[in-house]
Amino acid sequence: MSYLNLTNIAKSFGPRSILHNISLSLAEGEFVSIVGASASGKTTLVKIASGLATADSGSVTIAGRAVNGFIEEAGMVFQNYSLLPWLSALENVRLAVEPAFPQWTPKQHTDQAMKYLDMVGLGKAALKTPAQLSGGMRQRVSIARAFAAEPRILFLDEPFGALDALTRATLQQELAQLCRAAGRPVTALMITNSVEEAILLSDRIHALGRGPGATLSPGFTVDLARPRSAGLLMHDAKAVSLRHRLAEFLTTGAVAAPALVKEVA
Amino acid sequence: MKKSIVSILLSFVGIFLVLGLWAAISANVAPDLPSPLRTWEESRLYIMEPWQKRGEMDQGIGLMTAYSLLRVAKGFALALLIGTPLGFLLGSSPLFFRMFDPTIQILRPISPLAWLPLGLILFRQSEPAALFTIALCSMWPTVVNTMQGVRAIPQDYHNVAKVLRLSPWRKFTKIMLPATLPYMFSGYRLSLGIAWLVIVAAEMLTGTPGVGGFLWQEYNSLIYSHILLCILTIGIVGFILNRLMGFAETRLRAA
Repeated sequence: MSYLNLTNIAKSFGPRSILHNISLSLAEGEFVSIVGASASGKTTLVKIASGLATADSGSVTIAGRAVNGFIEEAGMVFQNYSLLPWLSALENVRLAVEPAFPQWTPKQHTDQAMKYLDMVGLGKAALKTPAQLSGGMRQRVSIARAFAAEPRILFLDEPFGALDALTRATLQQELAQLCRAAGRPVTALMITNSVEEAILLSDRIHALGRGPGATLSPGFTVDLARPRSAGLLMHDAKAVSLRHRLAEFLTTGAVAAPALVKEVA
Repeated sequence: MKKSIVSILLSFVGIFLVLGLWAAISANVAPDLPSPLRTWEESRLYIMEPWQKRGEMDQGIGLMTAYSLLRVAKGFALALLIGTPLGFLLGSSPLFFRMFDPTIQILRPISPLAWLPLGLILFRQSEPAALFTIALCSMWPTVVNTMQGVRAIPQDYHNVAKVLRLSPWRKFTKIMLPATLPYMFSGYRLSLGIAWLVIVAAEMLTGTPGVGGFLWQEYNSLIYSHILLCILTIGIVGFILNRLMGFAETRLRAA
């Protein structure tokens, strides 16, 4: 039984077809990444999947219900953090906690926000405003904000796209850790332009071909034990082969022949 | 520090040059124009005893200014109370904007001198007519700036409101209002400037006590030096008001 279901999604902006005939389903607790070049329609796809935008045709369901606007069980991490600059880190996280747990007391809201800021290592910076935080710290706040509402499904729109490589690697590990530590199945759909990032975090990866009228590749299952380290990507035969096949699809638009893959592996 | 002393000195040099020009004009070109010295001597009583009330239209400059400021404060408050919500509506609803923008563009350039008689007809009393005129003339920068502020809210913030499922009220207080505040304050500053401009016209036509009323009365009584006193007072008060609002604005932006 799939948790998130996209069926025959199509979207155009004017005469320009962005997405064409996209179908995708995620099982509960599954982490799926969509890898694609910039301007391939990835962000549009995640917006449609989350209900922030509507498709021209096709349907989206989450837990069997048609998606019509952003749903209660969902959380989202934006590429540009999208923190409110006039609120402290704590207040930014708390703002997400309040509507998620309306029956709680203000004290409980604050405790929950602090708990998640602590989990991303920002307990001491809770009272700083986003302007006083580095890019990596801001994205940590943004991730804490998404997790603090305890979502069942998480949409990640190039969450680490604006960060330098080192910060990126750290935050990838932290995100994987948060998903594991959630204590409930967290389904996640991540958009990224990094094949390595997708392999590190996902159970399954799809490549989104180049637009206009982009379509999804078949799924590439990531059959690697967790936790995964960055070193694994360089040395593990399965990981190397997967990288090759994904890169092949992204450049040529075709799935590489298995024979060729074996040769490389 | 040294630079600011220099600029203060330079501004005084400028003031003295203008005073010199004024003295030269009154001595050589326009004999009816009182010289700076005569203006000072004849206005001294009003400046040195600013809170003295000798008659309805014969009061110290401090009292006169206070009357005008109070009137401006009321009219300005009215302008903000009407203009701010109007700006929010225009900024957030395209339908509302298309419906009312042309009307606003037509109402905006109308002079206070044109509104005042209408106010007098409507309210039959000078005080509410003056407030009506001040509010109507000064609210437009508030309306337009607030509207632009609301429009300038990045789509990201709207998405955040959707993602966090904020109630409309929470969205307003936590996102819309803080995001618009700097724009609103620029509007307020411009509105206050206009309100202070309008006060003189309103008081002249209604003959109410205040800097503008006093100016017009002294013109009719042929005491020209007091006209200059009023002009200088209006300028200085306007300058101070603008500075205060500018100060509040920078504090706000820094916060």
